Amino acid sequence: MLYQDTVESEVLVHKPWFVASTFAIVLAVFLMPDLASTTLGDIMRPVIGDPLQSGFYGRVVLAFVIAVMFCVNIVLIGFAPLKAQIGIVWVELLLLSLAFFKVFNLNMPFIWENLPYLITQGLVTTVYISAVSLICASLVAIIAAVAKLSGNGFAYAIASFYTSFFRGLPLLIQVYLIYLGLPQLGIVLSAVPAGILALSLCYGAYMAEVFRAGIQSIDRGQWEASRAIGFGFGLTMRKIILPQALPVVIPPTGNMFISILKDSSLVSVLGVWELTFVSRTIGQPTFRYMEMLITAAVIYWVISACLEVAQSRLERHYARSKVR
Amino acid sequence: MTASNISPLKGLEGGDSSRAIGNVLRVPVASQELASQKQVPLSADKIIEAKNVSKWYGTFRALTNVNLTVRKGERIVICGPSGSGKSTLIRCFNRLEAHQEGEITVNGIRLHNKMRNVTEVRKNVGMVFQHFNLFPHMTVLMNCMAGPMWIKGVPEAEAKKIALKFLERVHIPEQANKYPVQLSGGQQQRVAIARSLCMEPAVMLFDEPTSALDPEMVSEVLETMTSLAREGMTMVCVSHEMGFARAVADRVIFMDWGQIVEEGKPNDFFTNPQHERTKLFLSQILSH
Ligand SMILES: Nc1ncnc2c1ncn2[C@@H]1O[C@H](COP(=O)(O)OP(=O)(O)OP(=O)(O)O)[C@@H](O)[C@H]1O
Ligand SMILES: [Mg+2]
Repeated sequence: MLYQDTVESEVLVHKPWFVASTFAIVLAVFLMPDLASTTLGDIMRPVIGDPLQSGFYGRVVLAFVIAVMFCVNIVLIGFAPLKAQIGIVWVELLLLSLAFFKVFNLNMPFIWENLPYLITQGLVTTVYISAVSLICASLVAIIAAVAKLSGNGFAYAIASFYTSFFRGLPLLIQVYLIYLGLPQLGIVLSAVPAGILALSLCYGAYMAEVFRAGIQSIDRGQWEASRAIGFGFGLTMRKIILPQALPVVIPPTGNMFISILKDSSLVSVLGVWELTFVSRTIGQPTFRYMEMLITAAVIYWVISACLEVAQSRLERHYARSKVR
Repeated sequence: MTASNISPLKGLEGGDSSRAIGNVLRVPVASQELASQKQVPLSADKIIEAKNVSKWYGTFRALTNVNLTVRKGERIVICGPSGSGKSTLIRCFNRLEAHQEGEITVNGIRLHNKMRNVTEVRKNVGMVFQHFNLFPHMTVLMNCMAGPMWIKGVPEAEAKKIALKFLERVHIPEQANKYPVQLSGGQQQRVAIARSLCMEPAVMLFDEPTSALDPEMVSEVLETMTSLAREGMTMVCVSHEMGFARAVADRVIFMDWGQIVEEGKPNDFFTNPQHERTKLFLSQILSH
């Protein structure tokens, strides 16, 4: 929380200098692209005549219109209450990104036709791989974090080598190394387990550092109080330290989860039928790459958004012992 | 305790005497009667026995040949200037710190760095810290129930009864379902005391329990400690509350430079200190 002062500050978007400079910047930015051939140019036909013939005059008018709309928009939003502001801005940005997708002239029936398969095959595999990797990575990470913090030289050496190695290699190379390298040692893994192993080890290494920082953030007095009551290492860790470290590590761990979800697409190089692979495969024969990729993108985003919601719920849940 | 007991102090401190008396009177009058100080018999069980204990932090010697015996029912107050090793000493008693030389025996168990039963010792030694160190993610009640449940294996319902009993004892049963951050400093420290009591320890160690508190909260904690003392709890307190020391201590110990410089019954200690260091310390602490 950036704890706000009790004195209300002037609304930034209602300050003339701010609106004026925003206007100037937006105007300058939109002078650069030639928007005459877009829908906007068409709408402005009464003012600028034939958009394609309007030349420099048309550019200036279009940029001017956009800048005016932008400034009116932010000034108006400035009057709304906080929740409404957040909602309005979200909806506007969403509409703008939809407008951006529209540039690709997507074939909607094709998308609707293939969406069920994309979900039942692609999404399910993706979620399965990510969820299993996520659990394994968390377990590996806790063990590695404790090993790194322990006074045991042997454990520290192994854990620090592990984090260094798996954080230092590109994930794609790790996937290949595990899938192609392990069979040389006589361990043959099929594609999905190999992918899960690679993701778990890589993200376990990242999360180990997150957990280590979380554990270290707990005041020494908590250890002492716990020990003084008689709790041994296990109880102290499970009941006192980790529950307090948890809220600290939720935001960075949320990052990791979202990242795992998306990086599970790297497993497609092993021919696993997860979301990215399925979308590419469906798009290929009909050359409708964009349709499928954008659909996959939206699906990834929706799932990430769900994770974000879960994260903020968790954060709120753990904030309760901090209330005053 | 009567005014005549206090008056010799006036000569000692020189400065504003009313403050010193105020300090003494912080402890409720009823409990001051305890100062009759029945001698704990030498035959009583030794709860803590420290023989020739020395401790180093790296090359810095924090304790030098400390000898101290705490018998069952004894109430000991340790004072001394900052950095003199008071905390270090009592933290050695439950092995939060390791000593390097000498021998510490607690409840018949010798403390050393290869011991396997340190929990046995800690179960029987309650500790109250300067900064409370309550577990912020648990309610007050849970803070108190945790020890009995997870160490002694007491069933939840019974642990709750024990916890409520001791919360009542420190006069805050109504705060049981709050979280520690929602309590005042004095209340938090009393919860910390209750948390230790729930383990029904043989001895309680207090490390400056009132020095992080606002003045108006000091007395509520001291009252709690005084009533504990009256009920015969064995206690070792690091404290600069001289009124408390006078009222409840069987022995006052003065430490400096990691050594026990002087020890004696409170009356002798305050009215007739032997060492120059002690005199200086007492005059400083009573005059500010
Ligand atoms: N972890 C540590 N590492 C190194 N030196 C330490 C450590 N803890 C304490 N010391 C040193 O040991 C000495 C005794 O410390 P201790 O905390 O026991 O003093 P104290 O008498 O409790 O003082 P105070 O009244 O300020 O609490 C101090 O000089 C301190 O600097
Ligand atoms: Mg101290």
